Amino acid sequence: MVKIENIRKTFKKGTIDEKVAIDGLSLDIPDGDFITVIGSNGAGKTTLLNLISGTYTPDEGEIYIDSLQVTRLPEYRRAKYLGRIFQDPLMGTAASMTIEENLAMADLRGMHRGFKWGVSKGRRDYYREILRKLDLGLENRLKDAVSLLSGGQRQSLTLLMATLSLPHLLLLDEHSAALDPKTAQRVMELTEQIINENSLTTIMVTHNMQQAIKYGNRMIMLHKGNIQFDISGEEKTSLTVEEVVKKFGAELKDETLLS
Amino acid sequence: MSLEQGLVYGLVALGIVIAFRILSFPDLTVDGSFPLGGAVAARLIIEGVPPIYCIAAAVLSGFAAGCCTGLLNTKLKINSLLAGILMMTVLYSVNLRIMGRSNIQLLTVDTILTPLENLDINRFIPIICLFFLIAFAVKFLTDIFLHTQVGLAMRATGDNEQMIRTLGVNTDTTTILGLGISNAFVALSGALVAQDQGFADIGMGIGMIVAGLASIIIGETIVGLKTVQRKTLAAIVGSVIYKLIISVGLRMGLAPTDLKMATGIMVILALGIPALKKEKQGKLHLRGV
Repeated sequence: MVKIENIRKTFKKGTIDEKVAIDGLSLDIPDGDFITVIGSNGAGKTTLLNLISGTYTPDEGEIYIDSLQVTRLPEYRRAKYLGRIFQDPLMGTAASMTIEENLAMADLRGMHRGFKWGVSKGRRDYYREILRKLDLGLENRLKDAVSLLSGGQRQSLTLLMATLSLPHLLLLDEHSAALDPKTAQRVMELTEQIINENSLTTIMVTHNMQQAIKYGNRMIMLHKGNIQFDISGEEKTSLTVEEVVKKFGAELKDETLLS
Repeated sequence: MSLEQGLVYGLVALGIVIAFRILSFPDLTVDGSFPLGGAVAARLIIEGVPPIYCIAAAVLSGFAAGCCTGLLNTKLKINSLLAGILMMTVLYSVNLRIMGRSNIQLLTVDTILTPLENLDINRFIPIICLFFLIAFAVKFLTDIFLHTQVGLAMRATGDNEQMIRTLGVNTDTTTILGLGISNAFVALSGALVAQDQGFADIGMGIGMIVAGLASIIIGETIVGLKTVQRKTLAAIVGSVIYKLIISVGLRMGLAPTDLKMATGIMVILALGIPALKKEKQGKLHLRGV
C-alpha cells in the first residue's frame, strides 16, 4: 500500500523560471495495482516518480510506503521498497561490470553489504535460471560485461534487476520508449509477465496511449502537476484511444501520445 | 634499479587506478599523501619506533587523508578536482609539521630494509623480492576486495552512481572509502620509497599523479583494462616499464630536470591523440569534471 498525500514540488522557486511541477497531488495505490500514467510533456509524470523514489524531496505533503513515512528519506534508504527502470537503457546497469555482478548488486537491494563474495555460487544458478526465461541467450553470458549487450538486452536485464527482490512498488519510466518497436513489444510482454507472476504493485509512465490502455488495471492522466482523471476496472478495459482524445484532446496536444 | 622503483611506485599507480579507474574520481590528493606516508614513516623511525609500525602508521595516515578528500567532495559538495587540490595543499603544511623540517635522513638508522641490506648479497636482489611481494600482495587483495559485495558497490559507484543508489547504496560512503584505500596505497609507497632512498623529503610527491597516470596508460596499452585483475596488473606492469623508459631516457642524455616535462608530454599525447582522431571516448572517463 502506497499513499501519497497532497504533495507539491516547485522548481526554481522565486526565480523567473519558477515551475510548479506537482501541484497538491494525492494518490492511493492499493497492493497489486498496476497503474499506467499518461500526460503531455511537463505534466509532472517523471517528477512524480522522482518524488516517490527520493531523487527529489517534495516541498509539501507526505509519502507513505506500507504506512512508513518516506517523504524525506534519502534515495538509498528507501531503495529496499522500490524498483525502478528508466527510459535510457544505459541508466539501469553498470556497463563495465558483468551480467552476474549486476544481478548480484540488485540481489542485495536495500540490504547490508559486507565483505562476502559479491556473486555467490548458489545465486549464480538462480541468475542463470531467470535469465533463461528472458529467452535472449543471456544465461550463457553471465561473465560478459553489460556493455556488450544491445539496448533491448540491457533493458530486459534492468527489468530482472528491478524485480529480483520483489519491491513493494515498481516504477517504470517510459522504459520501452527508447527501443525499436519489436524489442519494445518484447520488453513490455516480459514486464507484464513478471508483474503478473509476482502481483507487483506498479506505476508505469508512458507516452504511448495504446500502451497505457492495454496494460494495467488503472490509468491516470496528469495535467499541470495534478491528476486529471483516474479510471480503473470496467471503465478502463473498454476505453479506446479515440475516446480519450475526444475527451482530453486539448490537454493532449503532444503528438507522440497518439503514436 | 628501475625494477625495484617500478614495483614500489606501482603501489602509487594502483592507488590511482582505484581513484581514477574504479571510482572515476580524479583525485589529486596523491601528490600530498605520497610525502605524507614518507614523512610519517621517517619521523617515527628516527623517534625509534619499530619500522613495521611506522609503515602501518603511514598507511593509516594516507587512508585518513583520502577520506578527508572524500568528505570534502561528498559532504561539503566541493568539486572533486578542487577537493584533491585543497587536501594536497593542506598536506604540504601537515608534512612539514610531521617532519619538523623539510628533509629527514634515514641512512644512519634502522629501517625495514636494513636486515635485507645486511645480507651477504647485492642489496637490490632482496629488496626487489620484497617490493615484488608487497606490490603483488596488495594487487591480489585489491582484486579480492573489488569482488566482494562492498567492492561491487564501489565499482558501480564509479560506473553508474545513480543506478547503485537506487539499489540502496550510500555512494558517499563508497566514495570516501575508495579514496581512503587509494591514498593508503600511495602512502604505503611513500613510506617504502623514503626507506629505500634513505630520506623523506617535502618535495618527493611533486608530479606523482602525472607519473602514475603515465604508468597506467602504458600498462593498459600492454595488459588491457577489461577486467579488474587486468586494471590492477596494468598499474604495476606500467609502473615498471615507465621507470625503465625513464632510466633509458636519462642514460641517453635526458636532463633529470626535464623529467617531469617529458612525463607530462607523454600523458598529454596519450590523452590527446584520441581527441585529435575524433574518437568519441578519450582514455579517461571521469565523474564531476
